[in-house]
Amino acid sequence: MALNVGCTAPPGRARENRTGSWRVFLPRFDHEACSKCGMCQLICPEGCISETADREFVPDYDYCKGCGLCAEECPKHAITMVQEEK
Amino acid sequence: MALEIMEGSIAIAQAVRRCRPKVVAAYPITPQTHIVESLAEIVANDELDADYITVESEFSALSACVGAVASGARAYSATTSQGLALMFEVCFNMAGMRLPIVMTIANRAMGAPLSIWNDQQDSISLRDAGWLQFYAENNQEAVDLHYIGYRVAEDHRVLLPVMVCFDGFILSHTYEPVDMLGQEEVDDYLPPFVPKYRLDAAAPVSMGMYATPDYYLEFRYENDLAQKRAIDVVREAGQEFGERFGRDYSALIESYRMEDAETAIVAMGSICGTTKDAIDEMRSEGKKVGLVRIRCFRPFPAEDLRAALGHVSRIAVLDKNVSLGAGGTTARGAVGLEVRDALYGSSIPVLDYIIALGGRDVRIDDIKDVVAACEAGDGDRFFGLRTEVL
Repeated sequence: MALNVGCTAPPGRARENRTGSWRVFLPRFDHEACSKCGMCQLICPEGCISETADREFVPDYDYCKGCGLCAEECPKHAITMVQEEK
Repeated sequence: MALEIMEGSIAIAQAVRRCRPKVVAAYPITPQTHIVESLAEIVANDELDADYITVESEFSALSACVGAVASGARAYSATTSQGLALMFEVCFNMAGMRLPIVMTIANRAMGAPLSIWNDQQDSISLRDAGWLQFYAENNQEAVDLHYIGYRVAEDHRVLLPVMVCFDGFILSHTYEPVDMLGQEEVDDYLPPFVPKYRLDAAAPVSMGMYATPDYYLEFRYENDLAQKRAIDVVREAGQEFGERFGRDYSALIESYRMEDAETAIVAMGSICGTTKDAIDEMRSEGKKVGLVRIRCFRPFPAEDLRAALGHVSRIAVLDKNVSLGAGGTTARGAVGLEVRDALYGSSIPVLDYIIALGGRDVRIDDIKDVVAACEAGDGDRFFGLRTEVL
């Protein structure tokens, strides 16, 4: 990405900052234990959890910062934070 | 040329009117007040087609200017001392977003202790914010530097904000003869502002977006490059000003009686007028003394100073600011530090004198005392301390 004077950018360029690299702990989803309540999608401050056609909630690891809020809030304890090997 | 006798602040306001800013946002503070009062009248009397935004603080004043310049309008503000300190964050944003503006600083001391009187600590303390900084010796130069300031700031090789600094009270409240250019002359010299990017709902952009560690260093490097490019742009704009109007500002420094000088004084601002008189007296007494006046402190004219000072035996720097704690057990101001840096590797002693802080008057005899001290190798200290109150 070439620099623009004054860090001026058209809308949408923040997407190029893939914040997933900031992550230390990674949320692992247990789809068997999931009750499909959607709390993880609501609570995610990055808005990076989406629901698939098969009704599975999955994070986008390109942007997930590993904050752990989804794991904290999940009523079924179906999300576990595991240290990530890089 | 038609000379008019005017108060410095009123002359600045009249110069700003001729620069046709679309937005003026300022908060009154002594000794800047007469500038913005006068501009308020000018706008109210329809002598300038501008939005005058009355704000509740200097932080808001400069923030309003950020928005105005981002939208493509020429803007103006003025402040001093504590007001400039309140703008600290916005100053860095303005330079980082590469938004050109001219802001007048009526230089004043920083509190505490509270002082409304002149020194240059306020603007000097923002030397690393990315702004260009010009220091005027007299009101004519202060006026002219506003025209030059907009020309340089808005040049696409630069795109940086400019502080035009002139000494509070000593210049701002003093009546001097000033040649005010006509509107047509200013219009010919200073074309309308053409922004490189602007806020436009039809083609939206974000400015000053956050930069991750992968990019931030490069943005700061580009800011520094723009400062360096400004050296030539200042020269060009100053030379063209001289060709059109007879006052040449192509040099970033001014040398006064330096040809065979053994002792050189280096200083900025109105103190240089007194210094020139002192030099004339010392010259008539047979002392080979000269002055190098720094008009442009940012970008810093290091090469010019090396060329101007290379032949002297000693240098006395008059600093109307102090970098508290600098210099180990000796005292230093910003100008002394930078002159010493520019001359690194030479054997010419550079001695710093912290002088005239908080409005302390400096007279011809004081300058002579500085020169005598410098000749004796006695410097890097506060000058004129009243030891009886310590």
